[in-house]
Amino acid sequence: MSQAVHNEYLMYPASFLVLEIWEEISGCFTLTLQPDPVVTTSFAPGQFYMLYIFGHGEVPISVSGDPVETETLTFTVLAVGSVTRKLCSVKAGDTVGLRGPFGNGWPLKLAKGHDVLVIAGGLGLAPLRPVIYHLISHASDYGKITLIYGTRTPDMILFQDELASWDERDDMTVLLTVDSAGSDWYGHVGVVTELIENAGIDPVRTTTMACGPEIMMRFTAYGLIDIGMAASDIYVSMERNMKCALGHCGRCQYGPHFVCKDGPVFAFDQVENLFRVREV
Amino acid sequence: MTPPRPLYRLDRNDFGILLNILKEKGYLTVGPTRRDGAILYGALESVDDLPIGWTDEQEAGTYRLKCRDDDALFGYNVGPHSWKKYLFPSKTKLWSATKKGSGFEIDRETDTPPKYAFIGVRACELHAIQIQDKVFMGGTYQDPVHAGRRRDCLIIAVNCAQAANTCFCTSMQTGPKVDNGYDIVLTEIIDKARHYFVIEAGSDRGAAIVKKLPVSPVQQTDMDAAAACVENAEKQMGRKVDMTDIKDILTRNYDNKRWAELEKKCLACGNCTMACPTCFCSNVEDITDLGAEHAERWRSWGSCFTMDFSYIHGGSVRPSIGSRYRQWLMHKLATWLDQFGTSGCVGCGRCITWCPVGIDLTEEVKAICDNEEGDPSG
Ligand SMILES: Cc1cc2nc3c(=O)[nH]c(=O)nc-3n(C[C@H](O)[C@H](O)[C@H](O)COP(=O)(O)OP(=O)(O)OC[C@H]3O[C@@H](n4cnc5c(N)ncnc54)[C@H](O)[C@@H]3O)c2cc1C
Ligand code: SF4
Ligand code: SF4
Ligand code: FES
Repeated sequence: MSQAVHNEYLMYPASFLVLEIWEEISGCFTLTLQPDPVVTTSFAPGQFYMLYIFGHGEVPISVSGDPVETETLTFTVLAVGSVTRKLCSVKAGDTVGLRGPFGNGWPLKLAKGHDVLVIAGGLGLAPLRPVIYHLISHASDYGKITLIYGTRTPDMILFQDELASWDERDDMTVLLTVDSAGSDWYGHVGVVTELIENAGIDPVRTTTMACGPEIMMRFTAYGLIDIGMAASDIYVSMERNMKCALGHCGRCQYGPHFVCKDGPVFAFDQVENLFRVREV
Repeated sequence: MTPPRPLYRLDRNDFGILLNILKEKGYLTVGPTRRDGAILYGALESVDDLPIGWTDEQEAGTYRLKCRDDDALFGYNVGPHSWKKYLFPSKTKLWSATKKGSGFEIDRETDTPPKYAFIGVRACELHAIQIQDKVFMGGTYQDPVHAGRRRDCLIIAVNCAQAANTCFCTSMQTGPKVDNGYDIVLTEIIDKARHYFVIEAGSDRGAAIVKKLPVSPVQQTDMDAAAACVENAEKQMGRKVDMTDIKDILTRNYDNKRWAELEKKCLACGNCTMACPTCFCSNVEDITDLGAEHAERWRSWGSCFTMDFSYIHGGSVRPSIGSRYRQWLMHKLATWLDQFGTSGCVGCGRCITWCPVGIDLTEEVKAICDNEEGDPSG
């Protein structure tokens, strides 16, 4: 019985109240949402919800907030098209619909006892932020934490204040890079793979979690394999069109996988043959 | 193991009684009818609605009806429709929502389907229905529309006594003999003297119906005649395809040159996916009224041949038609096995017949197997 109720909750959007919305970087907003009526929520880092704008459409968005938070859910949305633009223009007090959480999430259990390398490209940091929150609050379970984060330009760097505070921690290193920058940028310019070499990664005792454009994840994975990391220790999060998140609409297929239910996180050895092929 | 149920004979002239019993039991009887120059599934009011005395001729890209020289009720093969039109309707409202206070309230669409009796389900089609059962009901989430329609649906299957030129169920091991999942199965026998059916129940529901029919016991000669019908269909099987190791072969041929040739040939019209009895992909559309007080979610058949299907911000994942055909064929014959433990193709040949340019799945498979580009040793 409880299973059936649970299932239906995932099939029909539930009302969530917008508590706050603010702009992170140009065109990218973070929303905190509260179930209406109030119930507790829980998700695993890397899971996503289907966010529904009344009568307009529904899109998959990963939770970007802290997994210990059970009263609200936080999402970070980049306005790229019709539904995400609407999501980014809601106001506190508005209602949006939510179904979820869906997907498998990052391998935080498997990574226990290991160093963790988090590699994010662009908006890819949003679905990885819950991982970092978790690693920090369970620091004794993990070894060294390294975050390598690349964006196109310095003004596209998300969560700047948090990045600075994470970098101050003894158990965590934050390395930033941008594709291009003006003369006021003193940091690294180049692709994320360039930062891997000097990050002091122990390829044998590190679990990597990467999220960003496919091409970035491909170069990252092969870069890590080159320094001796096992493909099975490298995890990537895939993005595909999604209409149902239930395994029924077929839209999110990626070779044999349904990204909505088998993913979105895959060990690289599960998908390496597909990564080599164009237009899968 | 349930013991085999007894076989009976049902005279052709008593076939109408079967339909009447089903109607009395509250079933909506649907089955093959002749309309618009094809055999299409629709409501059967009486036996006369069946395409009596008609047959079809099928080839890659062509379909034609022809008169038979007898009055067979089921003397043809599968047409452009499949039973998915009833179990997975081409357009369904999933729910509606109304604004209420600051939020909204979801009104679950309660699909109130009729109790269907499918008349004349072929072996391959029965396999297709069971494949869609796995898709819609075999996972964590049950699709309420499919599950609701499937629950009470009664299946009266028919063994094929002939095969179309586009059929290859023997290669897919899905026919021509109906093997399970039916409530009643019929074999139509026409010889010089008689026109009758060998009838067998496959479920308690089916047995209860057979009990009410004016049937007589079968003789060995009837059973031989029924077996001969199926053998005839096997012999006529128009196409064959070797599916040994097909999953591994396709998986190592993502870069085969054949895909580029399909790029030039395939129109990406999606006919194959609409006609295919197992294709299950869908589109979802959210709509609202002008006052934005009322919203609805609709689901409709989708096709992996459209650009839109795999669209993500920045463009389609599969912009080339070759990659879309590859996705379709790979899914049918390789990745379906990973996903659902069964092939996604039942060998019905619809995609071959209804392709406007006559692209033939069996030919494509053969071309790839004969011209492997990946290293066959792994
Ligand atoms: C598992 C997962 C997690 C995601 N997490 C986030 C996140 O945390 N933050 C964020 O901003 N974005 C995220 N996305 C991407 C986001 O879903 C798309 O940007 C969004 O669907 C675009 O819809 P649109 O209507 O605004 O754009 P349009 O271009 O108008 O889209 C039309 C349709 O195309 C599809 N579509 C377009 N782009 C994408 C895409 N990138 N991925 C999947 N489907 C797409 C949708 O079905 C959409 O309805 C995620 C995607 C996936 C699959
Ligand atoms: S792929 Fe073609 S032959 Fe196979 S089940 Fe679908 S329509 Fe029939
Ligand atoms: S294979 Fe034939 S039926 Fe299918 S999309 Fe291409 S042209 Fe249309
Ligand atoms: S989103 Fe529908 S099957 Fe994955």
